[in-house]
Amino acid sequence: MSNFELKAENISKVFGRRLIFKDVEFLCPDNGIYGISGPNGAGKSTFLKIVSGIISPSKGTVTHLIEGEKIEPENLHNFIGFVAPYVILYDEFTAAENIHFFSKIRGINFTQEKFDFLFTHFGLFDRKEDLVKGYSSGMKQRLKFIFALIHSPKILFFDEPTSNLDNSGKERVYQTIREESKSSIVIIASNEDSDLALCSSILDLNKYKHSGSR
Amino acid sequence: MSAFALFKKDFASEVRTRYAINSLVMFIVVTISVILFSIGNEKISDFLSGGLFWVVIFFSAMSGLSRAFVSEEERGTTLTLQLIASPSTIFSGKLLFNLILVFAMNIVIALLYSALFDAFVLKNFSLFLYAFLLGNIGIAIASTLIASIIARASSKGTLYPVLSFPILLPLMLTLIDLTKQAMDGITFQSSYVELAILGCYDVVMIAASFMLFDFIWKD
Repeated sequence: MSNFELKAENISKVFGRRLIFKDVEFLCPDNGIYGISGPNGAGKSTFLKIVSGIISPSKGTVTHLIEGEKIEPENLHNFIGFVAPYVILYDEFTAAENIHFFSKIRGINFTQEKFDFLFTHFGLFDRKEDLVKGYSSGMKQRLKFIFALIHSPKILFFDEPTSNLDNSGKERVYQTIREESKSSIVIIASNEDSDLALCSSILDLNKYKHSGSR
Repeated sequence: MSAFALFKKDFASEVRTRYAINSLVMFIVVTISVILFSIGNEKISDFLSGGLFWVVIFFSAMSGLSRAFVSEEERGTTLTLQLIASPSTIFSGKLLFNLILVFAMNIVIALLYSALFDAFVLKNFSLFLYAFLLGNIGIAIASTLIASIIARASSKGTLYPVLSFPILLPLMLTLIDLTKQAMDGITFQSSYVELAILGCYDVVMIAASFMLFDFIWKD
């Protein structure tokens, strides 16, 4: 049984006059892997940003609870991990510096053991002192997983988690997702069948597009 | 502590990229040179000299202080910051960075200005020091808030000075007045009202910044 819960109720999002989705209900009451699917433009990334508290919905409420207590928005960042193509790390720092800076800004206790484990697991240990500027897109994607996992979050949001990864990278990500889902809520937004195959339940955002505009 | 860590990140980033420093140094050198060339051998009045000092500071601030948020937006790292810290931590860290930058920049301008302009003689140095201190704090707070507002706009370069002008105008007018008084050797007690205005401006700006930043930062 998890001590973390996510409740997204009656979520609608409108950009200008364009309705992205309407009255979406999404509940994650326990640990596990939850999927969000839909064609390009369905609003998967937007929905993920809303349920992670990065942007506000046009209508509806998102509540994050830990042991039944609501988490205030200003404290939410320490409970979430987020991986997405649009999460950019600092090119002018090395991978290790990026993770060190992020941990200090978060104000979390940095454990060298976890740091070494994650860098080894994602195959970046030997390149951790290299500037991110020199990383390939696949290596940057692996580093984003370290960024998302270093503070042991209670809820993980993965938007297109396997983009830019080779087969071994994908397998490591799937292994991580399965492992993390034992102690955390993992939400995956993707169109890849292999990504969605991991999910115990899938929310199809295409069903919540009532009209093209309003 | 988190805000200080963010400041250290920004400082390390600045040391490596020279994102703000280079443009600031060039701007200061060019502006002071242009004023020197335009004056030539003419003798300028004390009041004009004090006014020009703050004009240099205003435009230098406009060229460098927006970088705190604009650089994050241009590199696409705004979302990363949203994921690691609360809005108040982000604002505090960026404000700390801009405070250090404003003080460093303005001390350099003041030293250059004193060395190059004969008319810029301060008879009441402590009055100028108080005005300088409170003025720099006000410039840093207002500039940081405005930078966060314009960071996502498409025409940031133009919008920054345009939006800053009305917000910094009361501060600049008071600073020009106080600098004139310091040059005239007016006593500290006689300038109490102007100093109180500066103090109030700083307090109002810091309170407004922390209240507004959550809304600016979220969407």
